[in-house]
Amino acid sequence: MTGAYVASIDQGSASSRCLLFDERGRIVSVAQKEHRQLFPRPGWVEQDAEEILGTVLQVVPDALEKAGLKLADLVALGIANQRETTVVWDRRSGRPIYNAISWQDTRTDKIVNRLAAEGGKDRFRAKTGLPLTAYFSGPKIQWILDHVDGARAGAERGDVLFGTMETWLIWKLTGRHLTDVTNASRTMLMDLRSLDWDDELLEAMKVPRAMLPEIHASSEVYGEAGAPLRGLPVAAALGDQQAALFGQTCFAAGEGKCTYGTGSFLLLNTGSQLVESTHGLLTTVACRIAGEPATYALEGSIAVTGALVQWLRDKLGMISSAAEIETLARTVEDSGGVYVVPAFSGLFAPHWRSDARGVIAGLTGFTTKGHLARAVLEATAWQTREVIEAMNSDAGTVLRVLRADGGMTADNLMMQLLADSLGVPVVRPIVSETVSLGAAYAAGLAVGFWPNVESLRANWHKAAEWLPRLDPETRERRFRKWKKAVARTLEWVDDDDE
Amino acid sequence: MPRPIQSIQRAAQVMHLLSGRARRLSLVELSAQMGLPKGTVFGILRTLQQVGFVEKDPDSGKYQLGAALLHLGSTYLDGNELRSRALNWADSLAARSNETVRIGTLHDGRVLVVHHVFRPDDSYQVLQVGSLLPLHATALGKALLAANPYVLSELGREELSRFTPRTITDGKQLTAALKEIKKRGWAADIGELVDGQCSVAAPITDRSEQTVGSIAISGPIERLCEAEMPRSDLVEYVRESARSISRDLGAIPW
Repeated sequence: MTGAYVASIDQGSASSRCLLFDERGRIVSVAQKEHRQLFPRPGWVEQDAEEILGTVLQVVPDALEKAGLKLADLVALGIANQRETTVVWDRRSGRPIYNAISWQDTRTDKIVNRLAAEGGKDRFRAKTGLPLTAYFSGPKIQWILDHVDGARAGAERGDVLFGTMETWLIWKLTGRHLTDVTNASRTMLMDLRSLDWDDELLEAMKVPRAMLPEIHASSEVYGEAGAPLRGLPVAAALGDQQAALFGQTCFAAGEGKCTYGTGSFLLLNTGSQLVESTHGLLTTVACRIAGEPATYALEGSIAVTGALVQWLRDKLGMISSAAEIETLARTVEDSGGVYVVPAFSGLFAPHWRSDARGVIAGLTGFTTKGHLARAVLEATAWQTREVIEAMNSDAGTVLRVLRADGGMTADNLMMQLLADSLGVPVVRPIVSETVSLGAAYAAGLAVGFWPNVESLRANWHKAAEWLPRLDPETRERRFRKWKKAVARTLEWVDDDDE
Repeated sequence: MPRPIQSIQRAAQVMHLLSGRARRLSLVELSAQMGLPKGTVFGILRTLQQVGFVEKDPDSGKYQLGAALLHLGSTYLDGNELRSRALNWADSLAARSNETVRIGTLHDGRVLVVHHVFRPDDSYQVLQVGSLLPLHATALGKALLAANPYVLSELGREELSRFTPRTITDGKQLTAALKEIKKRGWAADIGELVDGQCSVAAPITDRSEQTVGSIAISGPIERLCEAEMPRSDLVEYVRESARSISRDLGAIPW
């Protein structure tokens, strides 16, 4: 082993990126290439898997060149990927038989509703940790097999293969057909306990076993890449949010992180214990290191966080850039009793009410733009608190510190409001690229570049910390008001709405 | 309330008209639209031309808004915007140098800290965003002053206060130091604000080459200096990150 760097691919919904990390977990190079998203019909979102492969094969050499490094300087490659997006291809030609169907695509609504009609939305929850919704891969596979000529027969023979994005990339890079436990846990086809494909689920989704990849650990040498990355060990694969949890070094039960972007994703490590949520959170695999048992996580996503700031910018024109919301919100001391609940398409975890729509509550003649801006930032904080309370109650733990990452962490006021509404410290790590870092860590561990997870903890450093400043009485009084505002969003949608 | 000043009102009207759809207007067109004699309008235009707010297009002889006006708008950069643009670069500077990183902007004759990245060790540190520092006794401040020398003349004599024996309190001496800083492109404070502490800063510029902020690392003199001078590798790290942030700011379409 001559190299001194680990390469990490972050294959996302709109672009592929390659980051190179050194032994101390510091970024030494970044390269990015966007790919197309195709919208053939309302609600349909597709991608070209071959185009995505092309971007991946380009960003690795680009990142090397930017840092003045050679392929031989790399010890391993790890992959973090957009989850659930479904690729189905022909084993012999190596070409997709249909465009990749994105996780955002809702064409499988009908399949999902039919399955739910037979046994409820939560009929597979005990086994998969997931409710029946259009996101997950199983129904997407069914749709492709039902709509492409000869696909089903090919799949039954094992000539037509399925993979989420990491499986497609690993197959193209190493020739092996495999997935990792975190990605497999988002297909709705895997039993969370046995960590194997489940016959009952396969039958319900009408997916032939012969087309499925082998399920492997998330940190394991899967094989060596061929040209143009010849000889590079491909040594990790994780779903992007699980990668972020790993990159934040949340290795132990009770440690959790939230990634703040357009929407936000909270994951809480529950260790080897598989926690079933009674609050509508997802149960998912956090990671499995080769030779060790799997660790699990609870996941709660918040649909509208950064998107609410964008709404203020693009739809109301109240600010000209996202960062300006902080300037506007700092013109006032508090939200002046205003609460914004962004239930734009209903309420998600932990409420799950599709009949809800957004409200702005508590308006008075005294309300200014500043109050509204502050209430918009507070909405992210209160929504985070709701999900954390659900997690604490499901897992029987108490989150003592929140590790935050993602673009919105640049907003210092938002971070302070978060600490104030949660009543616990909020910290931002020095490497905010936690998705890429997590995949790099998992790959580096697999090849022995780092000896163990403890050595990774030593790389984690606080870049900033926000401590709660609000007295507990005020905090609870405001949270009570938030809940009242949430209650006012309910039962808004009527059957005969235009 | 005092009465509005008529000539300023008329000057503003000229600028509004020139920012309208036509963009370029002749003296005749302007005086017609304003309902004022040509001589009056010409006087206003000549003054606006002198301060650079209006220019005369040499080909058509028409008047248009001047470059100085565009300049005025673009020198203001929201501190929160600067932080959000600089976030990754500041993190990576802290990781490479192993020191505290801060970003500052000019604010009422002082440095306003708009971003702070902790030193990447496990020591207890408190976020300093929002605090104000003296311009003349910090590397952040001197990097800003070197690019905006007019601010120095606004600082009263009493404001050059002494914090340590090394603080520069003499105006002439400070001016000479700033010239040197401007020439070499970076600033240092070696024990000038706090005994034993050093910081090294470089200016952040926008696409019109205006200095909109500065970025610095800070730490004890024994770590940051060699032979009483900041270590050249650290100076290079700071300058590189300032250049990277400046490059990213250049991409902002105002």
